[in-house]
Amino acid sequence: MMTLALTKALLLILPAVLLALLVLPARPWRLPVAIPAGVVLAFAASHALPSGILAYVVSFAIMGSVYALLSLGLNVQWGYTGHLNFGVAGFFAIGAFTSALMTVEAPTGVAAQYTQMAFGLDLPFLVGVATAALVSALLAFLVAIPVLRLRLDFLAIATIGLAEIIRLIFQNERWLANGPQPLRGIPQPLHCLVQSQGCEWLPTWAMALFEPLSARDYPLIYLVIITLFVAVLYLLVERACRSPWGRMLRAIRDEESSAAMNGKPVTAVRIQSFVVGAVVMGIAGALYAHYVVTIDYSHFHALFATFLVWVMLMLGGSGNNRGAVVGGFIVWGVWSGTAFLANAIEPLLALIADDLPRRAAYFRWLLVALLLAAIVLFRPQGLIREEKRVSRYLGE
Amino acid sequence: MTTAADDAEKGSNASPPRGGTPLLDVTGLVRHFDSLRALDGADLTVDAGTITGLIGPNGAGKTTLFNVITGFHLAQAGRVVFDGHDITNLPSHRIFRHGLCRTFQIPREHQSLSVLENLMLVPGGQRGEHLLGALLRPGEVRRQEHALRERALEVLEFVELAHLHDEYARNLSGGQKKLLELARTLMTEPRLVLLDEPGAGVNPTLMQRLTENIRYLNRERGITFLVIEHDMDMVMSLCDPVVVMSEGRQLMTGAPEAVRRDPRVLEAYLGGQYAAAGG
Repeated sequence: MMTLALTKALLLILPAVLLALLVLPARPWRLPVAIPAGVVLAFAASHALPSGILAYVVSFAIMGSVYALLSLGLNVQWGYTGHLNFGVAGFFAIGAFTSALMTVEAPTGVAAQYTQMAFGLDLPFLVGVATAALVSALLAFLVAIPVLRLRLDFLAIATIGLAEIIRLIFQNERWLANGPQPLRGIPQPLHCLVQSQGCEWLPTWAMALFEPLSARDYPLIYLVIITLFVAVLYLLVERACRSPWGRMLRAIRDEESSAAMNGKPVTAVRIQSFVVGAVVMGIAGALYAHYVVTIDYSHFHALFATFLVWVMLMLGGSGNNRGAVVGGFIVWGVWSGTAFLANAIEPLLALIADDLPRRAAYFRWLLVALLLAAIVLFRPQGLIREEKRVSRYLGE
Repeated sequence: MTTAADDAEKGSNASPPRGGTPLLDVTGLVRHFDSLRALDGADLTVDAGTITGLIGPNGAGKTTLFNVITGFHLAQAGRVVFDGHDITNLPSHRIFRHGLCRTFQIPREHQSLSVLENLMLVPGGQRGEHLLGALLRPGEVRRQEHALRERALEVLEFVELAHLHDEYARNLSGGQKKLLELARTLMTEPRLVLLDEPGAGVNPTLMQRLTENIRYLNRERGITFLVIEHDMDMVMSLCDPVVVMSEGRQLMTGAPEAVRRDPRVLEAYLGGQYAAAGG
């Protein structure tokens, strides 16, 4: 007979092992150490932590994973190629809405009077994610042709504009995705695991494993799914970047004219890198949508979905994929932590002026801005600096 | 590989082989920047197998000529024919694929790449340069990378930078960067290398090495060079023929001795006082 804590522990093993792999340095003993460490961590968390705290940790880790992916995507664009993309939120939104529209069931009956959407295809989760990646890639490609002629600050302005346009489209075009009302009922993958009737395709003995879970434990399942996505995408991006392809990106970032004179098709390569980054961001958007279930345009403000991601990448280390992922989790932690801090100082603010506590939320942005300033001043290379050798085949 | 120094000793006085076929043929090239006529109908012929010098006063249009030939600036009129192919206004990376390389007056190394990877970057046809190749064919990429590393180390050996192979390129001295620029052109099989002031800011010892390397490559590997240089000693000892540019046009061309004596050159390039002293 499975107990709830045991099931939770088993589900937590994979995320915990991956966390250990992320944190431990790349030595031969990393894997042999990470596996037992992950198992211990999983059992400790599931047995020792009160369920409320565990639920918070899980939801924190899921959102951290979403941001880690955004940061990873931005790293391909900025860290490797020097694209100053301030339009992360745009690709995030495109991914989220695309996957939502692909997987939501088109409303019928009374609901149809309240919900308008261009289509709702009721397709499986993975198809939704794949389409999100595809549409994101397509948009990035179309945008890249005119926009990548611009450099640095001009590119930044153009991409900010793009992200705003995308957000405003989802805000104002009711027929498309019910904007400005939220788009609801985005299906969650493998949700049947936590339902009493279970998944029909799963054998009974396997279903017994998930027996103790109830619907509110679903985030645990989603955590496993999203950490798998992070791990696989990280490995793919790392393999692409730590190869001659990534070497071209860094060469172009450093000195475009030289790369061109060495026979590298600079424009094509710049577009490729922009598209690859956008694909990762689009997937992050899809995974976000399937987690929060209900999305609307207000989730895709530049503050949350662009500038926070930039702070993550700067802190983690531009040009280092592992740094990008680590930075995503750390800054998400800082950001979540400042919420408590903002609450805690409210009485203090009340002493200064009566209406100040209502603005405590802005205090969080102040702290993030200070963090960014500190990184740029004291550790511009980030926590994990970029590798000296681009090609991973050179370390052998 | 024999070092350049050995060979240079044996044959430093031998004049470079003179071929008869033009490898590079530039006719009537025009490039204006607003009202500035940087190139004003420039002609230039580089014969295969030569080390051709390109001299002229500051602002004569030498570097602009290089930039237009290599696709950095668009020509507004005129033609560039390389080895029978019209390469006028092609993008730089396609010009490179015809076997035409260049270096820059101020070295443009990839600063955050190691010296080794600056060289490994250069060769075309790398499987791992394609996204799918990098993702799906790691075995083949590994083989190519190891072969490339060997080749890059050989080239570094030749220009005597091998001990710096794992250094960031930005940490090299000015002269070493010049050597790196030359080394980069050797990672492929170039037919013609355009060198933009290889001697500028280089100390005499390094300059000697650079000259020997160029001569060696010209003789042993059959690489044709077109060299912009202000150091007259270097031009006179290294180059034949020498082309003189002035005000965006070719003034004259000839053997170094003839160029040195020509009063028009003295007038345009060396200035009035030398003309008077020479006469």
